[in-house]
Amino acid sequence: MEYGMEYWTFFVRWLHVLCGVMWIGLLWYFNFVQTPTVPTIPDELKPAIPKHIMPVALLYFRWAAVGTLIFGLLLAWMNGYIGDALAIGLTSGSARDATIGIGMWMGIIMAFNVWYIIWPNQQKVIGLVECSADDKPKAARAAALASRTNTMLSIPMLYAMVSAQNM
Amino acid sequence: MGNPLDSLKGTIICGLILTVVMVVLANAIAA
Repeated sequence: MEYGMEYWTFFVRWLHVLCGVMWIGLLWYFNFVQTPTVPTIPDELKPAIPKHIMPVALLYFRWAAVGTLIFGLLLAWMNGYIGDALAIGLTSGSARDATIGIGMWMGIIMAFNVWYIIWPNQQKVIGLVECSADDKPKAARAAALASRTNTMLSIPMLYAMVSAQNM
Repeated sequence: MGNPLDSLKGTIICGLILTVVMVVLANAIAA
């Protein structure tokens, strides 16, 4: 095996996918498993979620988002299409650039949501940051809607990422 | 009508609709 540019492009893609699975896996865990089952958990067991599960899950979740974004942008640069992709193919007229570019922008919006909406509000919800009793439901609502927005965006984003590999 | 993102089903349906819109948009850009 030769360790040329082709190998390192693959290697960065592997890191991108590893981080992406961690990120979207936890996103789907929150939305498909945790949120729907919380109402069925006995009251005495409920504190385990904000005290023990959420801080760890959110740690991997937000840093996996950063890793996915960095390795994804690095990969696009190594492949030579970062500019055309960020211009969603308008500069090249390429279907691949348009598709991967739309997927990239969705990923960028999702990572922004993680760091600037979900994480700051979840810190209030799970008690890592002090907030008033009035603010807590508002923070929970903002975090929940941003999380659902990311779940919605993950569907076309993954379609874009995977289909662009076959163009 | 409520916010479709309040339910998981609504979220998935919105995601699928957005997927179709995205494919049409990408094809229009490439045409």
